[in-house]
Order: sequence, then structure tokens, then C-alpha cells
Amino acid sequence: MNQALDSDTTSITRRVLDALRLDPVLLSLLVILALFGSMVLYSASGSDQAIVIRQMTRIFIALLLLVAVANIPLRMVRKISIWIYIAGVAMLIAVMFYGEVGKGAQRWLNLGFIRFQPSEILKLAVPMIVASYLANRVLPVGLKEFVVSSVLVAVPVLLIARQPDLGTAILVGSAGFFVLFLAGVRWRVMISLGVLLSLMAPLLWKFALHDYQRERIATLLDPESDPLGSGYHIIQSKIAIGSGGVYGKGWLNGTQSQLDFIPERSTDFIFSVFGEEFGFFGSIVLILIYVAIIFRGLYIAAHSTENFGRLLAGAFSLTFFVYLFVNTGMVAGMLPVVGVPLPLISYGGTSMVTLMMGFGFIMSIRSAKRFMV
Amino acid sequence: MPKREQLQDDYLESRLIRRRLVLSAIFIVILLSLVLGRLYVLQIVEHEHFSTLSDSNRVRIKALPPTRGLIFDRHGVVMADNLPAYRLEIVREQVEDLDNTLSQLRQYVEYSEQDLKRFKQSLKRRRPFESIPLRLNLNDEEVARLAVNLHRFEGVEINARLTRNYPQGAHAVHALGYVGRIDERDLGEVDGIEYAGTTHIGKLGLEKFYEHELHGTVGVQHVEVNANGRTLRVLNESPPVQGNNLHLTIDSSLQKVAEEAFGNNSGAVVAIDPNNGEILALVSMPIFDPNLFVNGISFIKYNELRESHQRPLFNRALSGQYPPGSTTKPFYGLAGLESAFAKKEEEIHCIGYYKLPNEERRYRDWKKQGHGPVNLTDAITQSCDVYFYDLAFRLGIDLMSSFLGEFGYGIETGVDSTGERKGILPSREWKRGHDGMPWFPGETLITGIGQGYLLATPLQLANSIAAFSVRGTRYQPHLVKSVEKVPEYNRVEIASRVAGRYEIKKMHNWEHVHKAMINVVHGLRGTARGINQGLQYKMAGKTGTAQVFEVAQDEEYDEETVIEKLRDHALFVSYAPADDPQIAVAVIVENGGSGSAVAAPIARRILDAFLLE
Repeated sequence: MNQALDSDTTSITRRVLDALRLDPVLLSLLVILALFGSMVLYSASGSDQAIVIRQMTRIFIALLLLVAVANIPLRMVRKISIWIYIAGVAMLIAVMFYGEVGKGAQRWLNLGFIRFQPSEILKLAVPMIVASYLANRVLPVGLKEFVVSSVLVAVPVLLIARQPDLGTAILVGSAGFFVLFLAGVRWRVMISLGVLLSLMAPLLWKFALHDYQRERIATLLDPESDPLGSGYHIIQSKIAIGSGGVYGKGWLNGTQSQLDFIPERSTDFIFSVFGEEFGFFGSIVLILIYVAIIFRGLYIAAHSTENFGRLLAGAFSLTFFVYLFVNTGMVAGMLPVVGVPLPLISYGGTSMVTLMMGFGFIMSIRSAKRFMV
Repeated sequence: MPKREQLQDDYLESRLIRRRLVLSAIFIVILLSLVLGRLYVLQIVEHEHFSTLSDSNRVRIKALPPTRGLIFDRHGVVMADNLPAYRLEIVREQVEDLDNTLSQLRQYVEYSEQDLKRFKQSLKRRRPFESIPLRLNLNDEEVARLAVNLHRFEGVEINARLTRNYPQGAHAVHALGYVGRIDERDLGEVDGIEYAGTTHIGKLGLEKFYEHELHGTVGVQHVEVNANGRTLRVLNESPPVQGNNLHLTIDSSLQKVAEEAFGNNSGAVVAIDPNNGEILALVSMPIFDPNLFVNGISFIKYNELRESHQRPLFNRALSGQYPPGSTTKPFYGLAGLESAFAKKEEEIHCIGYYKLPNEERRYRDWKKQGHGPVNLTDAITQSCDVYFYDLAFRLGIDLMSSFLGEFGYGIETGVDSTGERKGILPSREWKRGHDGMPWFPGETLITGIGQGYLLATPLQLANSIAAFSVRGTRYQPHLVKSVEKVPEYNRVEIASRVAGRYEIKKMHNWEHVHKAMINVVHGLRGTARGINQGLQYKMAGKTGTAQVFEVAQDEEYDEETVIEKLRDHALFVSYAPADDPQIAVAVIVENGGSGSAVAAPIARRILDAFLLE
């Protein structure tokens, strides 16, 4: 009797999800991660319920947007990508002239009713436009396609980098690069590009980076050189994570976190709170959840029936990985401090919305051609 | 959909993409293994080490706030220094029950709701184990009472810290400005690291303008603390560097003479060295004691200051905008001669009023019966309005406006302080932007006697007459003569900057107006002849009266019946010695009545003090 009821409910849930064109595996992983994140946020914010409620509202709105995006037919997605791209770049240029300055960088555009960072749109638009451009070409990409795609990526990346917003520039740049990579850019092209970049590195260091960015890299190499400033973040973050040990100090019990040793602990440094309270064991579990999400995305990419879907779903999944890697690497003191949040866990609405919409596209790709799980 | 190309082979391509996807997955596993490896090192291998650091956290980093730079007048008199003052401070981490401690402390020392609010705000953005001030400026009795009971309060400290002090109290407050407690808004504007541990910041005037010079460089100290967080010993430190000292152009004794000359009146004085733009005195009356603001002024006292009808907090010298009245006449006179709209000996018959052709309205002279026949010299000496109505009619607003602009009207002087306003220099263009109306001829006339829309700050008045006195060269006025760089203690002079230069076409035109201004003081019929008794040097000047209250067409202004608030402002601008000007002064006495009776004597006292003492 019970069994029958169970299978009944499963099939109802299943039917609803199918009707909404959602992927049950991906969706449940995302929801688990976001809810788990809210729990960590509760601790990181010093048990501030208001912040958690605000974050959960954002999760809810982002999920609604995910559903909406998942229901856009893939062909339509491909058609509008050029327009989203043009609008995004136009707004980046507008930000350059009319943008609002916050925390020393000019990133925000105020349209009266809404205030947002146009650079967020490019996180979606850049892989979309490159995937859409390459989808009809013969793969692996030739030189002409490579050059055109590179320009499509470079224009917004440079605009974002000079705001300055290094973190977003890296994310947008790698999203575009991943499409090219999946589309089969030849190894010798990538290697020569890598060599070229490393040759240019001293020049970039001198001319392209802001003082504070140089300082952050210097701080990574020698945190003691700036104990009051950004070195302090890294030192305290390492103490927090390291003191967590195997099983952690327990939820709400992290002394480093609760005593306010960790700066930005609700946003970019939330992983140090997590590491302190849940330990190495918790970190493994968390990273496995992330890996499951990424691999599910790659799986959908591999099983898509057309190149556009393959490239786009693959690029989104890989970009999600970059978020995770750059953030955890920074908090663990392996990478310089750049403003990249821990995806779906850090406090803040913009990245949450963008990421969920990205997963919405992945689900749209999945349902473009039905396939069995 | 574009047509698929012949060569596209979905099978091969999808294999290519899949291969790359698998490759990516391998990369991901490798890179995340690196992260996990790193976490393994931190959380398992070095766990003991970090655990110790976290548990006892014995080594703490303390910020050492720098001492604020000192301010001296041009002769080395101390205008602002720092004195040790006792503060009640709390280290949040060492207090178990904060609310209880706070209420217990009330038995020994008083603190206001405002103190408490500020304390709680500071708590939110402190560094761990940083002591946060609850009360500043404890008196000896409070210190004694607390010291006896301090053992009962874990985490409560009494610390002596250097705090800004203005040894001369209210003296020169509007020239100096003051510092106050850092608030949220200040924090948005400064580097948080440089201000770690700093509680005060320049809020107004010089103190704010030269904040970057005065602040200094923060120091760092590594200290070993016991389990309760008390400091045991200092491991190493890089000491803070004191802020740079400022040497002002202000002459403190001259400033004092000017302040005393005012008595109970409100108003402003600005004295400038016309040869370089150095501000010798910058007075706004009444004055108030800036020391009140350093340690957080009480609401009652603040409201008292704010609501006083004399508005002591208002810096009239820089922010007060007044109609310049007849002090504009020398400029119009020069404009007339230079443009040939006026001739030196040409006479106008003044009958006590002036009428525009085709208009009924009478533009009245201050002298009801009229001045009779007057030439330019007479008109300046006796301040005849009708002559200047007529001149204005001929010059037209465009020429008048651009000429006054040459002498700094309508633009900021660029003085090195805060709160400067630029007055109003009316023109056709300005009026369109102001109320969308065209310019009317009648408005030209009243602008011709310095009334109407025209407004200027006392600083602009002083600077324009200074520029006039040295034949057209206008300097950017400044309050700081040199910055003494710490720790080398070498003085860096602030160079004088020319802000603008009016090229006089014929020097005898200027001489003519200049002589008329000497006549104002020394002449038999000069409006300021009242101050020339015993004058040991030659002085040029011009009186002025600024209307606050408009008298109706058929009424008469009667000083006796008009209540004080609506009484005219008295103005006087001057420079001396007339043939080699060393100082230019603008005086404005609010509601003082006529310039000759009230403002001119103040100017005389200042010039005497500067030139004779």
C-alpha cells in the first residue's frame, strides 16, 4: 500500500518536473547546496536571521528564474544570444561613462528601477555568443574562427578588467575560453597563447594591474608583509581553516569565525567559516556536491544532440568550476585575493541569479532533445 | 537556420567535444585534488599549529595610531596641538556580559546615549581585541573613581591618548576648522588601514582640507598577550610617523585684533597680502570653542550653538554671501574708463533719483536731496548712486558682469579650506538658468550699485580689492604658508599661484580710481573720512551698505524703526599703504547699518595693528 503511494508520488513529482522541463538530478543538487549554504551563512553572519531570510528569498527568486530560463526553447536561446551580447557590451560601455562607483570600482548601472552590474550579463552572454558562432562551423575551429571568437571574448573582458573587477573578468574570460577549448582549439594554438601570455606577464604586471591588485599578489607570496591589510585576511583565514581539523569545531562553534577574526566572512571568505566549523571531512563532502553538479552539467553537454548545446552546457559547467576553484584556492591561501564568491553559498544576490540562470540554460539544453537519465 | 556546411560531420564533431569534455573532467579532478591536498595540509598536517594559534592566539597585531601634525601661525604661535586625555575603553572579547558591564560602569562614570551609540557602532568594525572608547576626556575625579574599581571589570581599561587640543579656544576657529570623532561617512572616504586605531579626523576647514598632511602614518605592533588578552610584552613594532606640521599665513595677533574689534556684532573679516595671496586674518563672528567638538559635543550645547540667532557655526568669511553694495563702485568706475563709456571729468547731475527712459520707476540715491553735479572721483568719494545707475545703463550688464568676473566675482577663489561658496555674478545667461526670465534693464541699474542678484563672500571681496590694489593680478588666496614634513622637519613652502590677471589698458585709468579711493578716506567729503584722524599711512578704501530689506517706492528707510535683523549690512574694503599695498582687508558687519560708521573703524584697527605694531 505504502509502496504504491510512494511510487505514485514519485511519478507525480516526476511528471511535474518533466512538464517544467527541469532536470531532477541537477535541481535537487542545487537546492541541497543552496540550503546547506544558508546554514553556513547563518553561522557566518553571527546568527543573523534577517540575512538568512534575505538570502533564502534570493534563492527562491533565482530558482524561479531558473525555471523560466529552462523553458526557453534552445533555438530561441541561440537566436537571442547575439542581442544579449550586444546589449551587455553596450551597458558595459555605459557603465564606463555613467556607472556608479562602489568600493572604488565603477561597476554599477542604475536604470532607475533597478541597479545592477552589467558584467554579470556577460557571464552568460559571452559563452552564448561564442557557442552560437562556432556551432555552425566545422570543428575543430580554424584560425579565422579562433580570431573572431577571441575578439568576442576580449572586448567585454577588457571593459570589465578596467572597471576594475578582476574576479569577474577572469570568470567571463574563462567562460569564453572554455567554449573554444571544447570546440577543439588545437593544442599548439593554446600552448603558443600560453607562452605569449607568460612572456607578456611582466608587462601586464607593470601596466595592466592596479596597485591594489599587485599588492594582493605580493601579499600571497608574503602575507606577513601587510599584516593589517589583505595579508590579514589570508593569515586569519588559514588559522580558521587549519584549526578546524578533521571534523571541525561544529556548527556555530568556530571561534575564529564567531569572534570576528575573519573579514568578509559572509561573502568571499565564507569557506573559511565552513572549514573551521565542518573540518576536512565537511570540506570533502562539500566539494563532492560541487563535483556532482559540475559532472552532471558535463554529462548533459555530452548527451546534447547539437553542437550549440554541447558547447554551451560544457562552458557553463566549467565556469561554475572556476568559481569554486578560484574561491577555495584564495581562501586556502593558494591564489591571490580576487573577488570571486563561493558559488551558491556566499551572501549576495547577483552571482546567485546569474548562476541559477546558467543552470536554467543547461536544463533547456537537456530538454531540447529528450533523453533518458 | 543557416545551411549546414558540407564538411560538418556531427559524429566526428560530437566525438571531439566529448573528448574535450572528458579532458576537462580530468583537469577538474586534478585541480580539486590540489585544493583538497591543500586543505589536508592545513587541517590535518598543520592542524596542531593552527589550533594553537587559534586557541590562545597569543600574538596579536595592534595598530598604533599616529599623532596628528601641529598647526602654527605665521610667527610660530601654536594654534592646534595634542594633549594626553584619559579615555574609558573596553575590549569586547574580554567582557563576558557587555550589557551588565555597561550598566555597572554607570555607577562610576557618566556617559551619554550618544557615547553609547557611537561605542556600539565602533564595536561592529573593530579589529579583534582592539580597545574601543566608551567615554573620552575623563576628568581626574572620574579617573580616580574608576581606577579604584577597575579590578572588578575584566576588559575595561583607562588609557591616556593624545587628543587634539586648540590651546587658544575659540580664537581663529573659522580659519582652522576642527577635528571630530570618525563616523561611518568619514570611513567611506579614507583608507581603513591608515585609520586603524585613529578616533578623530578633520571635519571642517583646514583640519579637513589638509587631513592627508596632518594624519601621519599608522604603525604596527606585534604583542604577546595572556589567555585573557592582556598585553604581556611587545614582540616588535614599527612605530607610527607623526603627521606633518602646518605653518599658516594667518597672523594670530592680527586675527585677535579683528575678533576683538567686532564686539558683539556678527560679521566677517578677511585680510590678504595682495602681493602673494597669503591670508593674514580670516574671521567670522561670533566664534565658538572647537574643543567642544573634539570629544563629542552634547546635544544641548550643540543645539544651543546651532539655534543661536547669531549662528556662530556658520563660517561667514567663506560661506556667507552678501550683496557687495557700493564696494563694487571702484570696479565699475575702472570698467567705465577702460571701455570709454565714462570720461574722467564728465559730470552727471544727481537729483536724488534716476529714471530709465520710458519708465516711471525711480531708482533712488541714498542721499535723498541728491549730490548735485558729480564726476567719477566725486561719485566714488561720496558714493553717489545716481552716477553709477547712469554708468551701468551705459555699460550694460554684459560688460559689467565680465569685468567683475576678471576680479574673481562669481567663481570660487580656490582657498585651501572647506565650505567655500562662489557667490552670484548675474548675467543674462545666469538669469535664464535661474528663473528662465530675460534680463531687465532695471536689474542692470541695481547691479550697478552692487545690489540685486549680485552676491559675494567676504573672501571674494578681500581678494578682488587685493587684486585691484596691485593693478589687476589676482592670487589664489591660501591659509597655509608651508608644510613641515615629518620626520625630516624640512619646510616645504606653498607657492603663490596667480589665479587671474586683468591687463589694464591705460594705467592712468587705474590711477584715477585709485586716487578716488584714497579720497574716500582722506578727502574732505569722503564717506570714510571719519577714520582718518591720526592716520600714519595712506589708505585707500570704499564703504558699502548692503540692503537686506527692500524699501517700497514711496517709503523711506529709517534706521530707527527697522528692526535689527532687517537693518543693512555695513561693508568696507581697503588696502594700505596705498602706494605700496601690503595688506587688503574686507570687513562686513551684519545688520551694522552704514559702512562708514561701523565697518571702516574695524578695518582701521586691523591696518593699524598690521602696519604699525
